[in-house]
Amino acid sequence: MSIQTLQEGWFKAPVGAERAWIGIAFAWCMVMTVAMPYWHFYGKQNATGESYRVTPIEYTQRVAKFIETYQTGEISGFPIVEPPPGADAYLQAQMWKWTPVLKLKKGQSYRLHISSLDLNHGFSIQPVNMSFQVLPGYDHVLTLTPTSAGEFSIVCNEFCGIGHHLMTGRILVTE
Amino acid sequence: MATTVPGAMPIPSRPVKGNHSPGEVRTCDTTGLPVCITAQKFVKLHAVAAVIFLLIGGVGAILLGLTRWPAVHLLSAEWYYRILTLHGLNMLIFWILNFEIAILYFVPTTLLNTRLYSAGLAWVGFILMTVGALMVDYIIFAGKADVLMTSYVPLLAHPVFYLGIILHAVGALIGVGNYFGTIYIAKRDHTYEGSVPLVVFGATAAAIIAVVTLLHGAVTLIPTWLWSIGLMGPPDPGWYRITWWGLGHMSQQVNVCAMVAVWYLLATLTTGAKPISEAVCRGAFVLYILFINVASAHHILVDPGVGASWKIWNTSYAMYLAVLASMIHGFTVPGSVEVAMRKKGYDQGLFGWLVSAPWSNPGFSGFFLSLVIFGFGGGITGVVLGTQQINIMAHNTLRIPGHFHVTVVGGTTLAFMALTYYVVPLVFRKEFYARGLCRLQTWLFAAGITMVAVGMSFAGSYGVPRRTWDAEHSGATFAVGVDPGAHVMLGLLGVGAIVAFTALFLFIGLVVAAVFFGKSNAGKAMEPWHVERAVPQAARSAHADPDHYVPGTVVLTGVFLACFAVYYFANWKWLADVWWVR
Ligand code: HEM
Ligand SMILES: [Cu+2]
Ligand SMILES: [Cu+2]
Repeated sequence: MSIQTLQEGWFKAPVGAERAWIGIAFAWCMVMTVAMPYWHFYGKQNATGESYRVTPIEYTQRVAKFIETYQTGEISGFPIVEPPPGADAYLQAQMWKWTPVLKLKKGQSYRLHISSLDLNHGFSIQPVNMSFQVLPGYDHVLTLTPTSAGEFSIVCNEFCGIGHHLMTGRILVTE
Repeated sequence: MATTVPGAMPIPSRPVKGNHSPGEVRTCDTTGLPVCITAQKFVKLHAVAAVIFLLIGGVGAILLGLTRWPAVHLLSAEWYYRILTLHGLNMLIFWILNFEIAILYFVPTTLLNTRLYSAGLAWVGFILMTVGALMVDYIIFAGKADVLMTSYVPLLAHPVFYLGIILHAVGALIGVGNYFGTIYIAKRDHTYEGSVPLVVFGATAAAIIAVVTLLHGAVTLIPTWLWSIGLMGPPDPGWYRITWWGLGHMSQQVNVCAMVAVWYLLATLTTGAKPISEAVCRGAFVLYILFINVASAHHILVDPGVGASWKIWNTSYAMYLAVLASMIHGFTVPGSVEVAMRKKGYDQGLFGWLVSAPWSNPGFSGFFLSLVIFGFGGGITGVVLGTQQINIMAHNTLRIPGHFHVTVVGGTTLAFMALTYYVVPLVFRKEFYARGLCRLQTWLFAAGITMVAVGMSFAGSYGVPRRTWDAEHSGATFAVGVDPGAHVMLGLLGVGAIVAFTALFLFIGLVVAAVFFGKSNAGKAMEPWHVERAVPQAARSAHADPDHYVPGTVVLTGVFLACFAVYYFANWKWLADVWWVR
């Protein structure tokens, strides 16, 4: 009984179904243990956490330079920026906007830098539903390849103050 | 000697050679176990405090549920975040920790026949916990701490907020110290013989993890508090997240451990079950202690600052060995009930033992529903969402609260509610009124919280963020389309919240009525929750090995593993369809 003390000789190895279950459960745990490293090498979706230190001031300068170099238009007061495939692209998070609007090509990969000027923010691409954390002081680099075309929303999904639900942005992906 | 809990196997009397001073111990009229009077006082104090914080958190819960339901959208943005902060802290920290301290005082004193180590320490711990919690709640309502329970820096709250949490944690740490002191004097004074009972073993595992957890809390919050009063620079935001989750996630492992210990306790109290193999159950608790100290990784799987190998190794709890432990308990707990019921003659077919189980006993129904909800709901979703790459599709969406409302709520909270149906008659020595409602309450809460969790999980799969006042993002510069399916799921969340809140409120009402106005049962056994029909010896079948005959449990765990595998691989499949990222 689970509320009584045990006397000498209580230690018995499991038998029968219980023993089999431990074996099966252990095997399943090993399957899951192998799955993550496998996907790391062979899968296409990985959060490797590549990142560098950056101060908010340095980061705004890089974003400004990026916009200046590749801007192609404007929408709702935000620059539309179209980096060439393979290039570094920059996205700046601050209460409560994402700058700039990115225009990317389907099937091309970009080194997308994201960082915050103030608080934690959540970089969430909808409706593909992929999320990454954005921290001030960290330049988080995602090597991103859009595999579908259209108009996508960026939603902030980390609490960042009273206007958190207003913090949306755009990514345009062309064929 | 003698037990009068029908259905429980008789608990043999033992020579009382406890270390209590005269008059400091009583014999339980129901179980025959020794109860330390000092410990009993603090069990009562912490239990009452726990229920008060559950009420505060519960009022928050219904307000949040009705805000996330777009058709109602009750609170203003400001109050939504304020109440979210309140709900998280009162539920996850104040309610749960107070109840756990009550368990830690009750379990060793009663089962090891010892006195509580120190009444003085118990007072200090209780006062610190209470003052700390009241400081936190006050400053939240004053509108000076709208930072959510995680208070990610550089969000800044009033210093009282951090100080309150620190005091509460220090109080809890003192309570845990008192637990170890109690174990120590029991051993020193030879108040028991042999190895400690399984429930004490499990509680000890929980206490060890609690120490590590609470130390992480101190390491995170003391510098943050010093920053808030201007004595230090701001902590690094990445460092803060790692150490905060050393507190936040690991405390969930304390909850798991305490919940499993309560499962074993309730299985014994309600059906007379005993572990199939003590060695296996204990080994599983040891796996918890060894492997769950790395769990803070679950929350930073898509963070910058930490690399893939760190994330993969830690989120798997070092090869899923803590998951293995939970899967073992998931077998041995129902298995032990099956063995006990079959031995009593409830032996028809695969599931006769389960059908004839004492479902009219809220201690049993609450325990078993908690087991099922935690296993099928919380366990499976937890492992899947905590898979490093799959987390890309789940991080900070409503899938996350969808997961933990079936672990810490449908699992731990429901198990603690079930235990309360024994704590009140055995520790407070008061009988419940409206016993029909008591029987209904566990089912209602289980149903409501399952709806909440299902609603959250599916809404999250559509990408709906957690911690967001307006899922429609109305008024934002760039409009965001919301899938109609997500609306249906948010509606389910809202309706479920009403059901769960009703059950929670009912629980508190029943407990308050019993504790303050209930009939005393001092001097006699508690009124039984169920009466077991005896099965005539002739109607019983004989099995070669009745101590290990568990075909029903084999089928249940087989179904569980199948669900687990399907959900796991389906998520990899969904992941394969999203954009490529490295
Ligand atoms: C009547 C039962 C309950 C209902 C209806 C309920 C409902 C909710 C809702 C709607 C949210 C907000 C989700 C969001 O918008 O992001 C939430 C958050 C939360 N709940 Fe509950 N809840 C209940 C009980 C509990 C209990 C008993 C616990 C802990 C033991 C708990 C722990 C939490 C936590 C930790 C959060 C997250 C807070 C945050 O994001 O900072 N809940 N709950
Ligand atoms: Cu934001
Ligand atoms: Cu935000």
